[in-house]
Amino acid sequence: MLSKNAGILKYDDLMNPGHLGCPGCGATIAMKFALQALGEKTMVVIPACCWGVIAGPYPQSALKIPILHTAFATAGAAASGLRAALDMRGDTETTVLSWAGDGGTFDIGFQSLSGAVERNEDCIFVCYDNEAYMNTGVQRSSATPYGTQTTTTPADKWKKTGKKNIMEALAAHRIPYAATASIGYPEDMMRKFEKAGEMKGGSRFIHVLATCPTGWRIGSEMSVKIARLAVQTNVFPLYEVEGGIHYTLNFEGDRNVNEYFTSQGRFKHLADADIDLIQQQVDAEWGLLMRKAELSS
Amino acid sequence: MKKVLEGSHAVSEAARLAKVQVIAAYPITPQTHIVEALSQYCSDGTLKARFINVESEHSAMAAVIGAASGGARAFTASSSHGLAYMHELLHWASAARLPIVMAEVNRALGPGWNIWTDQTDSLAQRDTGWIQLYCEDGQEVLDTTLQAFRLAEAVNLPVMVVLDAFYLSHTFEPIDVPDQETVDRFLPPPSPRIRMDTADPCAVNQLVTPAAYMEMRYNTQLAMEEAQRRLVLIEKEFETIFNRTHGLVEAIQCEDAEIIMVTTGTVTGTCRQVLADLRSQGVKVGLFKLKLFRPFPADLICRHLKSAPKIAVIDRNISFGAGGIFAQEIRAALCNQNPHPQVFGYVAGLGGRDITPDTLVEIYNHTKNNPAPAEETIWIGLNQETVESWNN
Repeated sequence: MLSKNAGILKYDDLMNPGHLGCPGCGATIAMKFALQALGEKTMVVIPACCWGVIAGPYPQSALKIPILHTAFATAGAAASGLRAALDMRGDTETTVLSWAGDGGTFDIGFQSLSGAVERNEDCIFVCYDNEAYMNTGVQRSSATPYGTQTTTTPADKWKKTGKKNIMEALAAHRIPYAATASIGYPEDMMRKFEKAGEMKGGSRFIHVLATCPTGWRIGSEMSVKIARLAVQTNVFPLYEVEGGIHYTLNFEGDRNVNEYFTSQGRFKHLADADIDLIQQQVDAEWGLLMRKAELSS
Repeated sequence: MKKVLEGSHAVSEAARLAKVQVIAAYPITPQTHIVEALSQYCSDGTLKARFINVESEHSAMAAVIGAASGGARAFTASSSHGLAYMHELLHWASAARLPIVMAEVNRALGPGWNIWTDQTDSLAQRDTGWIQLYCEDGQEVLDTTLQAFRLAEAVNLPVMVVLDAFYLSHTFEPIDVPDQETVDRFLPPPSPRIRMDTADPCAVNQLVTPAAYMEMRYNTQLAMEEAQRRLVLIEKEFETIFNRTHGLVEAIQCEDAEIIMVTTGTVTGTCRQVLADLRSQGVKVGLFKLKLFRPFPADLICRHLKSAPKIAVIDRNISFGAGGIFAQEIRAALCNQNPHPQVFGYVAGLGGRDITPDTLVEIYNHTKNNPAPAEETIWIGLNQETVESWNN
């Protein structure tokens, strides 16, 4: 498997074998690519999330870089403190990478993230987004999309509100760099992490869609394929925002959302009319994004 | 050099002299003067430190945890609701074994909103694994803050330096502010046990199974026990250099006392005067000042209090349904002594109500005139008319 990717790998793998990720875990793949781009002069701050478990129990660690595990709401603040300590040591070279799930970014961690990026802290803030509280057994978060069944939005109480647009929220802070990335497009993802790594001195945010076979009710072998479909249907567009206002689109999808929604157990209750409505929402969001990109060009 | 300073600035001067490297803070009355001064020092270069203006107290504690994990000498200050908001991270800081120092200004919790002094905020954090030191005056605040860094770094536990709102935080007193050279002799640069390093990567604060969790907590308990022994040594060294000492506790005229008043914080200063007045009338009364509350110095309490017939504990705090918190713990410390004193627990001065010499004389007289406490907690200075008007 490694040989397929050998052309794009720069560093020795910074993950140890034997991590605790589920088979097909998108969050685990995301970390592998992120560290390939950032290298070993990186410290990662992990709040409560799947990665708090994936990284392994004492006395083991799944990563070959330092990890600061921290409380659920605190990734932005703990990363800020660690950054300050490194700066006081005269070390401005080491990258502080905050690595939170959607709960630790969209919900409980939003306040400390907002505070950190408003201060323009010199860190990379990543949300690996598996679109629900997967570590606790698939409860809905504000990153859970319209139409999703979770254990707290079960049966016909499936989620009737849309996914919070976290990229817009972060762009509204006018930070130097914000980007979306997908484990289905590793070259694009690694380019963005490399770019973020080089843009030292301010806050950088990367929103990674990380498929979760367990919570999305897909086969573990489908993880990358579903991640690609999300991009190809414009459900999860790949784009970058510089300075909060300059938009660049990286990929234009042309497939019907039907392909994405009918291939996952979490959406199997949706009727054709529901999916038609979702298509309209996706088209409207995509149109808005295109206009922003046009304004920037 | 003696300067006329308020208690808040005794803290900020000490943090400056301790050469703290990272400060993260969120404003709350009555803590603001502490962080305003430090912010100014960072801004004008007096102090070479990073000041992080976080968006909440929860983030303030998280940021100093991050900073201390990176090996920095880290400091914050808070009060009341701010401290309560930090609660989760207080546990985190001690279990992570980080030598963070925090100044905590005792203030009442709402509702109703009340910015005045009350110890319930810090005492509600007694089980978080923080060392707690309750200060009586501005000099003690400055000296204790300096000692707090030594102590925290010696045992790898966080330390809370506690001072009363307004009576201490906003009251000006002549305070000896030592010069930097002298402080440097007492407090060397930090050599932290935990200092994240890409050259020596490790995971900190990670998942731990039942196979090792309990041993980690036992280690924290051992460190707490060690903290009391270390503080004695640190105080001795402090005395050698600065020629003054405050003690973990202070027992004044307790040997022959028939009643010993037990105080914390600024009430101690008032009680010193009451003690002198009563002694001049030939009354055998003693005063016991409790400064160190965590670790709880049960041995010192037993040594000084066990032979008195009666103890009167003044609590400016309340654990609802149980009583004053200092009284409860002192009772528990004495219960296996035979014989042991009658412990009278008094709740007074909540939410900044004055505890005057008259209040303390009333407490003394109540203790003298009753052979044993009729109830666990005796409320002093309640306006019964108000209470009844609400209950009818």
